[in-house]
Amino acid sequence: MSRTFLPLPRRLVPAVAVAAAATLVLAGCSSSSGGKKAEDADSGVSAGKATTPRMTIAMVTHAPSGDTFWDTIRKGAEVAAAKDNVKLIYSNDETAADQANLVQNAIDQKVDGIAVTLAKPDALKDVVAKAVKAGIPVIGFNAGMSEWQKQGLLSFFGQDETISGEALGTKLDDTGAKHALCVVQVQGAVNLEQRCAGVEKGFKGKTDKLYVNGADMPSVKSTITAKLKQDSSIDQVVTLAAPVALTAAQSVDETGSKAKIATFDLNKELIAAIKDGTIEFAVDQQPYLQGYLAVDSLWLYKNNGNYMGGGEAPILTGPAFVDKSNVDAIGVFAAKGTR
Amino acid sequence: MGMTQQAEPAVTTPPASGPGMERDGRTKQRPLALRLLARPEIGVFLGAVAVFVFFLVAAPPVRDGSSMANILYQSSTIGIMALPVALLMIGGEFDLSAGVAVITSALTASMTAYQLSMNVWVGVIVALVVSLAVGFFNGWLLVKTGLPSFLVTLGTFLILQGVNLAVTKLVTGNVATDDIQDMDGFDQAKAIFASSFDVGGVQVKITVVWWLVFAALATWVLIRTKYGNWIFAVGGNKESARAVGVPVTFTKISLFMLVGFGAWFVGMHQLFAFNTVQSGEGVGQELIYIAAAVIGGCLLTGGAGSAIGPVFGAFMFGMVQQGIVYAGWNPDWFKAFLGVMLLGATLINLWVSRTATRR
Repeated sequence: MSRTFLPLPRRLVPAVAVAAAATLVLAGCSSSSGGKKAEDADSGVSAGKATTPRMTIAMVTHAPSGDTFWDTIRKGAEVAAAKDNVKLIYSNDETAADQANLVQNAIDQKVDGIAVTLAKPDALKDVVAKAVKAGIPVIGFNAGMSEWQKQGLLSFFGQDETISGEALGTKLDDTGAKHALCVVQVQGAVNLEQRCAGVEKGFKGKTDKLYVNGADMPSVKSTITAKLKQDSSIDQVVTLAAPVALTAAQSVDETGSKAKIATFDLNKELIAAIKDGTIEFAVDQQPYLQGYLAVDSLWLYKNNGNYMGGGEAPILTGPAFVDKSNVDAIGVFAAKGTR
Repeated sequence: MGMTQQAEPAVTTPPASGPGMERDGRTKQRPLALRLLARPEIGVFLGAVAVFVFFLVAAPPVRDGSSMANILYQSSTIGIMALPVALLMIGGEFDLSAGVAVITSALTASMTAYQLSMNVWVGVIVALVVSLAVGFFNGWLLVKTGLPSFLVTLGTFLILQGVNLAVTKLVTGNVATDDIQDMDGFDQAKAIFASSFDVGGVQVKITVVWWLVFAALATWVLIRTKYGNWIFAVGGNKESARAVGVPVTFTKISLFMLVGFGAWFVGMHQLFAFNTVQSGEGVGQELIYIAAAVIGGCLLTGGAGSAIGPVFGAFMFGMVQQGIVYAGWNPDWFKAFLGVMLLGATLINLWVSRTATRR
């Protein structure tokens, strides 16, 4: 074995030399502003570590990979797991059938608890029943407000998408908007449709819907630009994700439209945009809290038999509004990607 | 069969602008109009004109200059990638990793510059190297293993998708890159990759200019250079091409690297236009690039096509996508409209070229 590996480092020598030389050259090209150096070296939330026996919790979501919102949920779950001496197994799949398989996988691993999102409740019904039958405590979060109780889940942490949409719609009335455009970045996603439906319900003015391709930002930008051009009476854009909101701001700017922008969900760039007034306000459902509470409450149930909501009521994590008045307080946390 | 495909390069060189068969003396020269119609890009040109006129009538806002600039912008971001993808298809191969490769490039540039606190140009150069390397890897693996490009690039498509996410998370702790707007060199890079300029009061994106420049360049390469002939030759019949001395390995690998270059360019545009990149983006775009090339008259089997065709193909795509919005149609049907219009346009394309080549 060692014979086959020995020549390798020798061949690597020139490569290493080139890399080293490149580093030296690059050192002369440092940016004097921004960048990692300028970022605070703040670590995340930490609260020591519990001395309870090690346990395993599976978190199974319907999240698409690489989405900032879901990453925040996962961060909350990871921090709670670290604190509670929990081994967290995180898995996700957008397809309902595959998500059900992942839950089955967790049952097979004989985990001590499962936290699951019920975005497509019917598809997960059987497998959740199996977990409950196997004596594994199951907690719902983020999606499944109307179903968690029927399926025998212990608790539910999340926001009702329709209610939060309504709250946003009502708030638009206060700002004097007359004609809103609800931008959906994934066609056919139930929770996104509910948000738009909620906005339409709460808002006294007219609400139009627009589908954009969330996987391609240039296309998001030109599609919103096209819509603002097509209907100049639109004076309010509502987006359902923070990156889309920031792109919508560019579209509004380019078309010279008077439209204001409100959005669901936060990220750190969005915080800056709220500060400088580009984005009017954001509805925050506190994804970090959802992930954190899901893990923490399973730990508490295992160790002390407690469960929140008493099996009757869901625990609401939103909607909370973030606007100029409170953005500074929240911005500190959002900058770390935890809020 | 191999011989007729071999004859394809001759078809696209301007002096011989008709099917090779008419040169055998048994038929007389066909009328110029028909010979023009037989060219691969004419069908798509007419299709694009049809779609354009349709929306000009159906959607009044399209008549405005700034709407046109917006449509061209959307077309250009598809079109810049559709060009190398089309060349690769003429060369007989596919690249399914083209969509996520764009994001890989943007992520590389952004993270390199940000994490090392370097001038953004350092990131831009590193991203170029990475993109070319991905293209080289695709081509090299294809040539070495003899596997179909569908399989090889499906592999890289999945690998890049995972790497994009995992590395971004590993390096930044988040799934999106940090804002690099305030860093040195950003404004320069933005001027090149993502600025806009004024044409009679209308803001036109610079990507539109790049798109047309690249298209002109690709056309020149295809019909005027030896390399262009090599592309047609390796796409028509690899073995005969090799037999007549075409460097097949070099041609294939370099074509994949050209796609890498395109991915880099579009990736840089996305980075400097939007300041940050989400690692999950780009999936599905590869099919749009391939669609633009196919609508533009490039054969799925290789050996035939042009660089101008995909320009109209991308324009048609951008036109339909934005036209539906300008027309204010029910958005629930958006994707269905898009599909029907594309099929319709492609059928016109097919019908025109069949009618024109019928004898």
